[in-house]
Amino acid sequence: MIDRRLLTNIDWVLSVLVLVVCLLGILNIYSATTPYKIVGTAYYIKQIYWMLVGMIISVSVCSLDYHILEDLSYWFYGLLVLLLVAVLIVGSRTMGATRWLNLGLFRIQPSEIMKLVMIVTLARFFNNFQSVGGLTVRDVLIPLGLLALPTALIMKQPDLGTATLVILIAVSMVMYVGLRWSTIVTFVSVTIPMSWIGWAFLLHPYQKNRVLDFLHPERSRLGSGYHIIQSKIAVGSGGLTGKGFVKGTQSQLRFLPEQHTDFAFSVFAEEWGFIGCLLLIILYLSLVLWGLNIARRCNDRFGGLLAVGVTAMLFWHIVINMGMVIGLFPVVGVPLPFFSYGGTSMITSMIGIGLLQNISMRRFMF
Amino acid sequence: MKERRFVRELLESKQRIMWLSFVVGVAFLFLVIRLWHLQILSADDYRAMSENNRLRFMPVAASRGAIMDRTGKVLVSNRPSFSLAVIPQEVKDKEALLTLLSNLLGLDRANLAERWEKDKGRAKYYPIVLASNITRDQVEIVEENRLRLSGIDIEMKPVREYTNELLAAHLLGYIGEVSEKELDLAGFEDYNPGDYAGKNGIERALEKELHGSDGGRQLEVDSRGRVLRTISESYPSVGNSVVLTIDAAVQKKAEQAFGEQAGAAVAMDVTNGEILAFVSNPGFDPALFSGKMPEDVWQGYLDDKRHPLENKALSGQYPPGSTFKMITALAGLQDNLINESTSIDCKGSYDLGTSTFKCWNKKGHRTTNLIKSLRESCDVFYYQLGEKLGVDKIAAAAQAFKLGAPLGVELLNERSGLIPASEWKLKRFGKRWFHGETLSVAIGQGAVLLTPIQMASMTATIANEGTIYRPHLVKRIVDADGKTLKESAAEIIGTTSFSKESYRLVKKGMLAVVNEPGGTGAGARMYDVKVAGKTGTSQVVKLRDSKKTTPYQFRDHALFVAFAPFDKPEIAVAVVIEHGEHGGAAAAPIAGRILKAYFDSKKPPRKEADASADEDEEEEGVDENNEPGGSNVVKEPRLSGEATHD
Repeated sequence: MIDRRLLTNIDWVLSVLVLVVCLLGILNIYSATTPYKIVGTAYYIKQIYWMLVGMIISVSVCSLDYHILEDLSYWFYGLLVLLLVAVLIVGSRTMGATRWLNLGLFRIQPSEIMKLVMIVTLARFFNNFQSVGGLTVRDVLIPLGLLALPTALIMKQPDLGTATLVILIAVSMVMYVGLRWSTIVTFVSVTIPMSWIGWAFLLHPYQKNRVLDFLHPERSRLGSGYHIIQSKIAVGSGGLTGKGFVKGTQSQLRFLPEQHTDFAFSVFAEEWGFIGCLLLIILYLSLVLWGLNIARRCNDRFGGLLAVGVTAMLFWHIVINMGMVIGLFPVVGVPLPFFSYGGTSMITSMIGIGLLQNISMRRFMF
Repeated sequence: MKERRFVRELLESKQRIMWLSFVVGVAFLFLVIRLWHLQILSADDYRAMSENNRLRFMPVAASRGAIMDRTGKVLVSNRPSFSLAVIPQEVKDKEALLTLLSNLLGLDRANLAERWEKDKGRAKYYPIVLASNITRDQVEIVEENRLRLSGIDIEMKPVREYTNELLAAHLLGYIGEVSEKELDLAGFEDYNPGDYAGKNGIERALEKELHGSDGGRQLEVDSRGRVLRTISESYPSVGNSVVLTIDAAVQKKAEQAFGEQAGAAVAMDVTNGEILAFVSNPGFDPALFSGKMPEDVWQGYLDDKRHPLENKALSGQYPPGSTFKMITALAGLQDNLINESTSIDCKGSYDLGTSTFKCWNKKGHRTTNLIKSLRESCDVFYYQLGEKLGVDKIAAAAQAFKLGAPLGVELLNERSGLIPASEWKLKRFGKRWFHGETLSVAIGQGAVLLTPIQMASMTATIANEGTIYRPHLVKRIVDADGKTLKESAAEIIGTTSFSKESYRLVKKGMLAVVNEPGGTGAGARMYDVKVAGKTGTSQVVKLRDSKKTTPYQFRDHALFVAFAPFDKPEIAVAVVIEHGEHGGAAAAPIAGRILKAYFDSKKPPRKEADASADEDEEEEGVDENNEPGGSNVVKEPRLSGEATHD
């Protein structure tokens, strides 16, 4: 099934980078969940399972030529929009938000899959769309519409983090395609009043609180600002060399919120210090730059767009999550790819890696 | 054409990849800079915060030392006070628990619920006190029902307990929460807000000994405040106990003797300066000061014109009146201005320039020698002597007794009294001294002021003929096991240069005051012990109404000083009755009762019948009903008149 020649073209840099980050993540989850009372399988074991499942999916994604996606993209898009509507109607509700769809055997989070589908859809759209000297305002109206529909549905759940990410991924791809300056100016002048309206009418109080807490962490020391402060204390107290593996007091005494998922990096920073953080950041930087390199080497426009989209997805997850942990961004539930505990994030990211691998392997086949 | 555009498009997009890579690099650089800032530049601050997060210090208060009298009788000790507390996080069904508690303990359910609600929002896993001061029976009920009362805890803390037999409130003082002001003082470095410390009296003066050292536990807690382990622990060490020189039996009798009268009494061992009784009346309840003082009681203390909160024995300053005459006499004897046979003719008054100085006895004492002058408290004798001596020699004699400065008793806020001299007046008021004023000083009036402690010390020095011991209240400091840590020894702070013969004459006069017909201090007479003493009446306002009913606050103070036994003195006593009017009538009987209590406590226990028989002897004897000590100045010395004296 897989072309023999393809195997010789396996992108080892990509594979090794992802594997190293995954293993660091598992180590870190082991430490982060030490203070938990665990019933059943330990989190780090489960994360190993998720990694293996993700790898298998990743390999399967590799085996099919990504050009198939070009034909299927709008079908996927249509299906996902339906699923997002279904979530709002019959989704299961946890912690004030409706994000999951129960499919009997397993649950899915359509908004996560939407990130990938959005990449494929926009890649398809821009592949067939020729622009001279950059996109005009008219040119982006259709992709804007394609973006607006699922984003609004995700916002409704509400899931501010995912909605923001979908928008950021789309914006990154549009930037890659290229915009006219006039288009940029128009958008900025429209976005500012729009965001005011959004703030005033669309955001939920808890979302507003998170933004306000981010801007003024002392606003509520024990409320939602607590998370940011405790995370900064964890990171800062790590110092140059860290407190040592399973020795972080902030994490072991559970001062950190969601320390095995969204705040996993906080645990890592406390226990491994600045040196450890630097290593992890270099790994992620290499991964993102390598992803862009794949896009650059790819000689077909669809593949390039896909690679940029997937890389943008990884990049924004990394930057927003780390930025949140170290107090640069508000707390929005965005996991760190391959590092935070969680099946959905692992599988979505692994599919992305599969796509990158797919594009990288087939670069000579054109 | 289309092909070419496509290629150009492709090349452009490859260029944009370079731009995107650059943007990615910058974004990651920001992350690194931020991490540098947190983990390298601010690492120390964050490390401190993380320590603060995880460590909690639970202080364990040391039990305060006891205060005992010289015989070892406990005057102030601690008793455990129990309170009912709850850790809300450990309670499953709050409503059921409240009902159960109120049923078991007979406590008001609404009250419990209110306390619970009020303290909500504190750190988690901190106990909330639902009821304080619960009884031992209630504690037992809680212990028996432990299993049904999960989350409920009994907290024990020591509170001060006072014997109900005597108050000695001013002497013992009280404790209270340290104030913010005190926390800034030297010596309070180890105190935290909410800690208790002595506020007054012995409790304050010996705070260092009594307090002990608090212990505490350094605990590691998790984010929910749950204690995970004890990192380090130091045990509190019980404070040392203070054994006072006070004799509780004498103290009790002395306090009883005052009744409702305001005033002070100090009894002192003449051989070493140990204070045997220390009374300031009326007293207050020291127990009320460590808790929540009821508003009406506090207002009552403030409104009482007898000033119960003032420590009159230590800080009250009174003109000594005729009790000062011994000083004037000793000064005269030393200067050979008088001797045993010197006598004057008292006509009831003495003229100096244009002023007339009256003797308390308007009829005059006629021929009066030194002994008679003391016995009957003749003022004219001392006017004449004072005039010859001059104020500075009288002041020098007083200073030889260490009067006019604090004597150095352990308590805080001891006042110095006042011994006026010509230099003092010049410095203080920028005015020359007038002869007329010397005459007032000679009989203990005018500007002269002494505290009751100073009066007792003066009397003790006369009794022991010239040795001034530092008056002290602390006999020993003992540790929790009763082992003596410090023993206070008699400390001589001065000796006088008056001759033995001078003392003999003065003491003979004092013996006559109590024991001879015509003596003004018969109220202090005892049958089995020879008592020597001196009455005094000190003027509160200069010009008095001739009417009998002077308003309370303008009435004269009544004074009496005494020592006994005459031949081998052991104890000296000074008694001041504020606005008691006549030393002989008001103060001498109290001094008598204090002396009696002292000698009784020395003797083996007597039969009860004897003791009650003694109660009635007080009113006996001649009272110096008419000694208006200070009101002798009929005409106020006018400036023009005074000028003629010089």
